[in-house]
Amino acid sequence: MTDGKQVLGSDEVRRAITRMAHEIMERNHGLDGVALIGIQRGGVWLAESLGAEIARVDREIPVGSIDASLYRDDIGIRPVSPGSVSEVNFEIDGAIVVLVDDVLYTGRTVKAALDAITDYGRPSAVQLAVLADRGHRELPIRPDFVGKNLPTSADEQVAATADGIVIS
Amino acid sequence: MSEILIVGGTVIDQTGQRRADVRIAKGIVSEVGEGLTAVGGEVTLAADGCIVSPGFVDLHTHLREPGREEAETIETGSRAAAKGGYTCVVAMPNTDPTQDSISVIEYVRRQGEAAGLCDVRPSGSITIGRLGEQLSPLAELAEVGVHLFTDDGDGVQDPLLMRRAMEYAADLDIVLAQHCEVRRLTEGAVMHEGRCCSKLGLPGWPSFAEELMVFRDIELVRLIGAPVHILHLSTTRSVELVRAAKADGLPVTAEATPHHISLTDELLAGYSALYKVNPPLRTIADVEAVRAGLADGTIDAIATDHAPHAPETKERPLDQAPPGMLGLETALGVSLASLDMPVADVVAALSWKPALIAGVADQHGRPVAPGEPANLTVFDPDAEWQVVPSELASKSRNTPFVGVPMRGQVKHTVLRGDATVIDSQPTR
Amino acid sequence: MKHFRSVDEAGPEAIRRLLDLADHMAEVSRRPNPKVPALRGKAVCNLFFEDSTRTRLSFETAAKRLSADTMNFSVSSSSVNKGESLRDTIETIGAMGIDAFVIRHKSSGVPWQVAQWTGASVINAGDGWHAHPTQALLDCYTIRSTLNRTGSFDGLKIAIVGDIKHSRVARSDIRAFTMLGADVTLVAPRTLLPPEIDVPVVTELDEVIDKIDVIYLLRLQRERMTESLVPSLREYTARFGLTPERARVLPEHALIMHPGPMNRGVEMAVDPSELPGSVITQQVTNGIAVRMAVLFDLLGSGSDLEANE
Repeated sequence: MTDGKQVLGSDEVRRAITRMAHEIMERNHGLDGVALIGIQRGGVWLAESLGAEIARVDREIPVGSIDASLYRDDIGIRPVSPGSVSEVNFEIDGAIVVLVDDVLYTGRTVKAALDAITDYGRPSAVQLAVLADRGHRELPIRPDFVGKNLPTSADEQVAATADGIVIS
Repeated sequence: MSEILIVGGTVIDQTGQRRADVRIAKGIVSEVGEGLTAVGGEVTLAADGCIVSPGFVDLHTHLREPGREEAETIETGSRAAAKGGYTCVVAMPNTDPTQDSISVIEYVRRQGEAAGLCDVRPSGSITIGRLGEQLSPLAELAEVGVHLFTDDGDGVQDPLLMRRAMEYAADLDIVLAQHCEVRRLTEGAVMHEGRCCSKLGLPGWPSFAEELMVFRDIELVRLIGAPVHILHLSTTRSVELVRAAKADGLPVTAEATPHHISLTDELLAGYSALYKVNPPLRTIADVEAVRAGLADGTIDAIATDHAPHAPETKERPLDQAPPGMLGLETALGVSLASLDMPVADVVAALSWKPALIAGVADQHGRPVAPGEPANLTVFDPDAEWQVVPSELASKSRNTPFVGVPMRGQVKHTVLRGDATVIDSQPTR
Repeated sequence: MKHFRSVDEAGPEAIRRLLDLADHMAEVSRRPNPKVPALRGKAVCNLFFEDSTRTRLSFETAAKRLSADTMNFSVSSSSVNKGESLRDTIETIGAMGIDAFVIRHKSSGVPWQVAQWTGASVINAGDGWHAHPTQALLDCYTIRSTLNRTGSFDGLKIAIVGDIKHSRVARSDIRAFTMLGADVTLVAPRTLLPPEIDVPVVTELDEVIDKIDVIYLLRLQRERMTESLVPSLREYTARFGLTPERARVLPEHALIMHPGPMNRGVEMAVDPSELPGSVITQQVTNGIAVRMAVLFDLLGSGSDLEANE
């Protein structure tokens, strides 16, 4: 990858995903009504991995993806280019939606994703699963399921993939 | 009027070129020679590195007064002419009311005299009101000194009427000048018909709409023998037709504008109405043909077709804006920058050749010699300068030459021994 | 990108980017609540000097779906002739705080002329005979999504039939289709072609009708008859109209397109609802999505900002 400090290797990432999948099932007392939605772009692979793990252990649940770029609050301040088109092929009304992202930082992306979700319908609950929480929140957003807490400074970059988490 | 001494210049006129100083007294050139020194109350005009030539004569100027004084008046137009080195302009008749009666002709002449900045010679229209239906009183107007007649703004569409006009004119010492455009072929046209207009989605003005009338009038000259002057020639084939007519010895003369030797239709890509003109800017091939026509004498004169328009009118959508550009103050600068001709030939096209056609050769375009009327221009042929809109003497600002390098600048202009421009500034 | 005025000015990269964006916008439009807050606080003025309910509504809907504020100004040419110049109109409206003008005018070039009198973005909704770039976008998007051609249009044979000379739709489509790699052929009588054009021309529709992948029919205005451009509508339809006979010869997979409104019985001499290849209604739907894409790209995406992240 890029030069930087690897704080988590691929094995540790896999174990974190397994743990988070179990936490999701435990917290929701099963999987009834539970759906995963990955936030474009970084959260999509993680949502699919969580979905695969959950399917391995129990059963398949709906997995979708959402592009929140049209809901961002920094439109016109920062360049915005949408990711792939949102894909939510299941009913949002009444669902327990677990939003999934790779890195949680200021919280603005999650807020945008929340706004996007509510335009599809009214979930009964929304929970947040992230692989890395690097702090520096600017909004009152907190994750329900975390792979690893990573204190970082604002000028650092965090990349989180199946191959590991790297700070540079 | 004080006496004037022009010192340090090179005189160019139809007799040749020589280093000489020029002394002017009582409106006449009194002495021409080297090493003249100023005497008494003489005003010295420095002409170092400059050319001293007969004053320029414009065959084609729109002074707009009477009728469109918001764009230009005879006074402001005369000032612009003087700044451009002109001592004489032929005022086009598409005024309101039209220059088709003695009273309007006299009015224009008087206004010109009152301004005193340029010799304004009104032209008459060929038809009443330029409507193309009935002949103007050609003989009556000729009696009061009108030499050139044209319906400019329009060409005479009816071939029979043009024939009659020429037959009638043949008995008089006048010249009919034609704005060659077959109107039926150019209805709604905004720019040259070709590749550019196709791309820009604009109705086109086909070259042959000009060439058809050039051909027609040349054949009428062949039939009738009265002289015809072709205004603002713009196409390759038009130049060829005139070249052939002259080779046949026919009394056909022609002029071209500075914009038709320097600008092309591609400039309309930005849709600016500053480039909209009649006849339109054409292709580079046409520009080169017109330049060649001037170089080999097929085209006798450079004529500005100075066409002022109030700024709001040029801000309209392209199809609604009136056609025309300013020309008096930039004619020299554009001509020297665009033409690969000896300076003397450019001066000929600006002064003594148009003077002949305009019928003013007794006063203008004279050799620079003792006894001749002192209508002179002093210009620096190598000066490089830029058009600054706020410094234009014209009342309007519709020039496409802002930002275009000019070569050659008028320093002084003398009208009948009176300096109208000193150091590139009008004296009043 | 500051303005969207012609396909040529935008360039191939921008055209592709807008087509990709349109996918997002199409998805938004499919939702039960087809609205996103992306352009909240932005003001868009529809300045239509030429009547056009459908295009204006399309732009207005697009702006509203992005949560922008809209202002409509339908100027009949007579009211502008009554004194207020184009410049004054633009400057007055601009002073009300407009982020984008959507302009339609019967004179070619107006979107370029007005840009000097305002700092707002200018979107061309049709200028004279010259350009109609959002139409070209929605046409490309329709072909792209129907034929599943997100890459390029290489090898696609498109015939544009009709009054090319007076058509801003044709000019923009020719540029856009060519930019994406298609083989464009024009089908028209010489009188309805521009004076000089670099695109292959065929003067009989029957020469190409069985070989094309897309047939794009242009509207023939009835005025063209009085200008002696075609002797009669009947003759035009016989040579260039999509008649039942021609519809049978058209390849099965071929798409039939029309910018609307249709002159039934003239260029379209069959009922398009009976033609399985007709994508005319999709064109209208896609119009909203591409116009949303243009508005977002100009006003919301920050693509004119330096990428500082």
